[in-house]
Amino acid sequence: MTKSVKSGAVTTRRGALKTLGIGAGAATLPLWARYADAQSSAPIKIGFQVHRTGIGAAYGRWYDRTTTAAAKMINDNGGINGRMVEIIAEDDGTDPKRGAEVVEKFATQYNCDVGFGTLFSHVVFGSAPRAGELKLPYFVVSEGHHVASGALNRYTLQPGITDVKSQVQAMAPFVASNLGKKVTMIFPDFAFGHDHRDFFTAAIEAQGGQVLEHIAIPPTETSFTRYFPKIPRDTEVIYHVMVGPAVLTFVKELGEFFGPSRPELFGFIDSLEAVDIGSAGLEFLDGTYFWEGNPRYAQENQSEFDKAYRAAVGVDDNGASLSDSKDIATYSHMFGCWETLNIIKRGMEASGYAGPDDRASLIEAVEAMSDMPHSLEHPQGAKRFNGKTHQTFGHQYITRVTDGKLILAHTTSIEDTLYPDEVDYTTQSF
Amino acid sequence: MTAVRKSLLLHGGLLIVLFGLQFVLPAYHHGNLARIMVLASYAIGYNVLFGYTGLLSLGHAMFFAAGMYGMGLGIRFLEMSPALALLAGLAAGLILALVVGYLALRTVGVAFMIVTLMFAQALFLTILYFGKWTRGDEGFVIQQPERVLWGIDLSDPVNRYFAALLLFAVCLLVSLWLIQRPVGRVLIAIRENQERARMLGYDIFAHKLAAVMISGGISALAGAVYGLLFGYVGATFASVQYSIFPLLWVLLGGAGTVLGPFVGTLFMFYLIDLSSALTTAHMLIAGVVLVAVTLFAQQGIVGELRRRFWRWLP
Repeated sequence: MTKSVKSGAVTTRRGALKTLGIGAGAATLPLWARYADAQSSAPIKIGFQVHRTGIGAAYGRWYDRTTTAAAKMINDNGGINGRMVEIIAEDDGTDPKRGAEVVEKFATQYNCDVGFGTLFSHVVFGSAPRAGELKLPYFVVSEGHHVASGALNRYTLQPGITDVKSQVQAMAPFVASNLGKKVTMIFPDFAFGHDHRDFFTAAIEAQGGQVLEHIAIPPTETSFTRYFPKIPRDTEVIYHVMVGPAVLTFVKELGEFFGPSRPELFGFIDSLEAVDIGSAGLEFLDGTYFWEGNPRYAQENQSEFDKAYRAAVGVDDNGASLSDSKDIATYSHMFGCWETLNIIKRGMEASGYAGPDDRASLIEAVEAMSDMPHSLEHPQGAKRFNGKTHQTFGHQYITRVTDGKLILAHTTSIEDTLYPDEVDYTTQSF
Repeated sequence: MTAVRKSLLLHGGLLIVLFGLQFVLPAYHHGNLARIMVLASYAIGYNVLFGYTGLLSLGHAMFFAAGMYGMGLGIRFLEMSPALALLAGLAAGLILALVVGYLALRTVGVAFMIVTLMFAQALFLTILYFGKWTRGDEGFVIQQPERVLWGIDLSDPVNRYFAALLLFAVCLLVSLWLIQRPVGRVLIAIRENQERARMLGYDIFAHKLAAVMISGGISALAGAVYGLLFGYVGATFASVQYSIFPLLWVLLGGAGTVLGPFVGTLFMFYLIDLSSALTTAHMLIAGVVLVAVTLFAQQGIVGELRRRFWRWLP
């Protein structure tokens, strides 16, 4: 008898762990019980796939700030369907494998209502199949042509930022009319550069122009001088879209090659996102033109919406952080996070979204959207969403480097950016 | 109990446990484990060359990517069935391994590492260069209807898990079988003392080439299966970091142990997954843990177990 009493009184390691486990479970009981019993008051969880590390880190930092500001605005105005928005951010390392894992985490561990915020195209490509299989609405902010090309699935949408095909196409009329019709293109020799090569070549030819030479630069290149002799002498415009850390070298060497007598230059700001246009070595760019998704510098005709958006995110009139003038924003892209979150909000409100069972209704509600007026929800400008292709279209901006600032020279119409549908996602089942 | 019986019990037991976990794991970990098993198969391939033959490759991503693109391009442009596409991926890896092995094995030590690194970089740039077909850095999606193998939809989580388990089981058992065969013993002999093995009359070059081909073939098969199960083919998988990953997994788990690649892959996957949920500096945590493991368990996790407790571990 004594023996049995002793035996029962001994605390084994397994017994202690069991007790601790039960205790820990009991401690969390009120939390999950509250959400289970009052689903309608639980926050709406938005999984934010953010490039915190890897090649997209500079973009990720600003996507993060913009998303935080947009969520704050939505919550300050009462949330979505009376529920607060909770942003669950997770680093994807700008890597397609990790991106897919993060999407799985959103869907099956955090039980997010939607996934959101991916920029780099290869991460979108790697993640979208899993989002489709897990039936998680996946709102990308990438500007890739992947969504509208039909390569992805019904659960993947890009309603808050225009795609590269429409951007490039809309530049051709301005280039042909104002800068010249004989173009030499310099671009990185991978998919992003190839998109520019293919779309712009077709667009400039439609304007009666021609591309005299395509100069593809290998992605590992660090010096560019040996490529410049390939530029034909009768080139009127150089179209450049270099990206990555070598861009400063590229511009410097281009300046040394041409000296004071250069052809017109037209580039995509992707080259210089998060880079101060006043950086040493970029003086050569003075007087040249850039595509901007959203003008980095506050313009003379700045809208009240851009003013409020800038203040909310913490960007000054020069496109730098309010707290650090050397921290330059990725202003041409990050508005997409702000606008996409507002579209998710409208979609959830239109569909009466209550939980994951309503995900299909949410997608149908977004597919039903079309014109979106210039507003605080859309500070970059008006949009026209195509529910069939899951892609939005909008105004594009062309700015000229003047005294170290980017000054607006031209705004395209939405019509300039349209092209025939290449897919109808609404025919795919859920 | 003999060492062989213990070994069969241990590895068979692991496969039974993995089979059983299918029914109890929460959805998130269920998906993770499927992915880990495919990546562990890649690490098993790497271990054949590094752990058992003593050849340190810094370019193994080329085999993984060759399998992935062999499968993906077969489906995309030749409308191959998934089964045929998997064979195409395997064939692509074996052919590449034959060519690379034939050339790279003329070097040893650091030179071998650099040559394999250069070959892998050349393949990576080739994928980018032929972007018209490969879609370069973006890659392309293998759509769900293209992933139905003999009527089995591989995009379904249960089917995916079993397919990953099947691949892992085959690779594990091949690895186990290999090192217990004479040819496997010769590979270990080459690792321990190449000149002594040569003096015993073994054809070193032929055995090394066989090791490169077995290793490359397993890695390519893992790449092909990865693309098919997760629906994506991309150049990132041919980049340097995907050559470093299997080295880390094998070093962590235990080079030259059959179970090491799986343990290392599992450990590393959850180390990154858990730390990234805690802090943005998750790579710092991963780095500190890796340094600690390297300092205090120099033979890797399974290697330390073998050294301290179970000397019979293969």
